[in-house]
Amino acid sequence: MKQGIYTVSENLKIADGVYRMTLSGDPSAITAAGQFVNLLTDGCYLRRPISVCEVGKDGFTIIYKVVGKGTEKMSRAKKGDEFDVLTGLGNGYDVAASGKSPLLIGGGVGVPPLYELAKRLTAQGKRVSVIIGFNKKSEVFYEKEFLSLGCKVFVATADGSYGEKGFVTDVMKKVGTYTYFYACGPEPMLKAVYKKSETDGEFSFERRMGCGFGACMGCSCKTVTGNKRICKEGPVIKKGDIIWED
Amino acid sequence: MGRLSVDLCGIELDNPVIPASGTFGYGYEFADLYDINILGTFSFKGTTKEPRFGNPTPRIAECASGMLNSVGLQNPGAEKVVSEELPRLKKVFGKKVMANVSGFSVEEYVETCRILDGQEQVGWIEVNVSCPNVHGGGMSFGTDARAAAEVTAKVKAATEKPIIIKLSPNVTDIVPIARACEDAGADGISLINTLLGMRIDLKTRKPVLKNVTGGLSGPAVFPVALRMVYQTAKAVKIPVVGMGGVASAEDVLEMMLAGATAVEVGAANLVNPYACRDIIRDLPAAMDKYGIKTLKEIR
Ligand SMILES: Cc1cc2nc3c(=O)[nH]c(=O)nc-3n(C[C@H](O)[C@H](O)[C@H](O)COP(=O)(O)OP(=O)(O)OC[C@H]3O[C@@H](n4cnc5c(N)ncnc54)[C@H](O)[C@@H]3O)c2cc1C
Ligand SMILES: Cc1cc2nc3c(=O)[nH]c(=O)nc-3n(C[C@H](O)[C@H](O)[C@H](O)COP(=O)(O)O)c2cc1C
Ligand code: FES
Repeated sequence: MKQGIYTVSENLKIADGVYRMTLSGDPSAITAAGQFVNLLTDGCYLRRPISVCEVGKDGFTIIYKVVGKGTEKMSRAKKGDEFDVLTGLGNGYDVAASGKSPLLIGGGVGVPPLYELAKRLTAQGKRVSVIIGFNKKSEVFYEKEFLSLGCKVFVATADGSYGEKGFVTDVMKKVGTYTYFYACGPEPMLKAVYKKSETDGEFSFERRMGCGFGACMGCSCKTVTGNKRICKEGPVIKKGDIIWED
Repeated sequence: MGRLSVDLCGIELDNPVIPASGTFGYGYEFADLYDINILGTFSFKGTTKEPRFGNPTPRIAECASGMLNSVGLQNPGAEKVVSEELPRLKKVFGKKVMANVSGFSVEEYVETCRILDGQEQVGWIEVNVSCPNVHGGGMSFGTDARAAAEVTAKVKAATEKPIIIKLSPNVTDIVPIARACEDAGADGISLINTLLGMRIDLKTRKPVLKNVTGGLSGPAVFPVALRMVYQTAKAVKIPVVGMGGVASAEDVLEMMLAGATAVEVGAANLVNPYACRDIIRDLPAAMDKYGIKTLKEIR
């Protein structure tokens, strides 16, 4: 983990209520796809955890949905504005587990971390399929970006206004065989994917966080291999480790 | 002995800055970030006899200038703390650590304190009496002078190290409780623990915390904490460790002027992992600014 001041080099609306922010500064603590950063915004006491969508030499990109005070503030940031960010948080995806033809499944703002993952997997010559799900057409983002990496892309919208009508799980049966999967999205989606999935895989979880770096025990969950902190031993948890709550 | 040093129950601290229990784990997350030997000491995560998972999530909520937590004392249990956490800590921290202990019965407090009292790395035991007493109808030990005194006396009888009783602010009058602990043999008092609070999510119309209520901390509580430290320090002769919303060197000085011998820093560590390092760095300049030569003579 590293703390630093990062400068906004771009902050752009890419879909309904969804923004992409590129921050320049030292990205060296970000070592794996699926890790997140924790961002301090003016007027909010706690930091806001957001997944890394893409990491480059001089910074990184995040994609976020405006849902409250913090993300609203972020959406108004201009080029040159600065944020205090903790980078390189969490474990990230296990790229080595993918096999030859992994499947990536993302819902809403669960899609962003899958982009860096897809980049790394395609760079290793894997045949990557991606299912991305949204509520409606106006919320769809990153279909083209995944296509340009050479992924096979399926889009699902709940209301059928774009791509396949239905949920990501409705599309899962259409992608053919896959060797492993990676899923990120709202918990009900993850649960549905868990039930539908036919191979091993891993899931990325969200929890309300106090610190984001393992100090407060605010984000704990129970797993088959013991208690884990979503911010430290997560956010990615292997399928075989998961104990669903409720 | 530098100008920042203070004496806490017979042990010299290089400076009065102590990360508060529950916001610093067992130390090594922070040891990855900076040399934690610069700290006066730190108070480790509230430890109980048996391992605890704590409360269901969400356990964290936010408010203006502060946060609420309902972690519920998640910890690996006293035995594991001794067999795993302390040996790991030894590699990165050469000073005495403050052991923070919680319990749900007098017997449990005594047993856990006895286990930690036997550890050479432990300098002080901070006994958190804010927990509900399962044999006392669930009322917190810390809200009843007699229950707090009973825990103090029994723990004192079973241990050698300085015992600091950590009080809850959720009481009408802190003074009789602090005095009862002093009379029962406490070597020090620390306060405040978190203030009971809650938040409701307007979208779901349900409490944000799964546990419904949680403990408020952070800058929002600073004036309340300062007032209670002031009242307590005036009422007892034993050292008082002040905390609640401290986030800067100036806050530390203010707490000490209210009567604190040393100062704990909690939530600030979660927002800025370098908070305590920065406070220690900033103290000399803040002291210069207000004409304070040494912290020992601040009062
Ligand atoms: C590991 C991780 C990765 C995430 N990645 C992304 C991402 O890539 N893009 C994105 O849009 N969102 C992501 N989120 C969710 C994002 O953190 C929340 O939407 C955001 O914190 C909301 O802040 P707010 O001030 O706008 O909302 P408010 O509702 O005003 O926030 C109030 C409090 O609730 C917390 N909170 C609210 N919603 C969530 C949530 N879903 N998860 C965790 N905490 C929440 C906030 O952090 C804050 O403490 C991620 C969450 C986690 C835990
Ligand atoms: C996430 C969190 C966990 C805490 N856990 C404990 C604990 O285990 N034992 C304890 O005595 N106090 C615990 N506290 C209380 C703090 O030690 C401190 O008394 C309180 O937060 C006030 O200080 P602050 O405003 O600087 O945070 C916890 C506080 C927070 C924020
Ligand atoms: S958010 Fe603090 S331990 Fe995970």
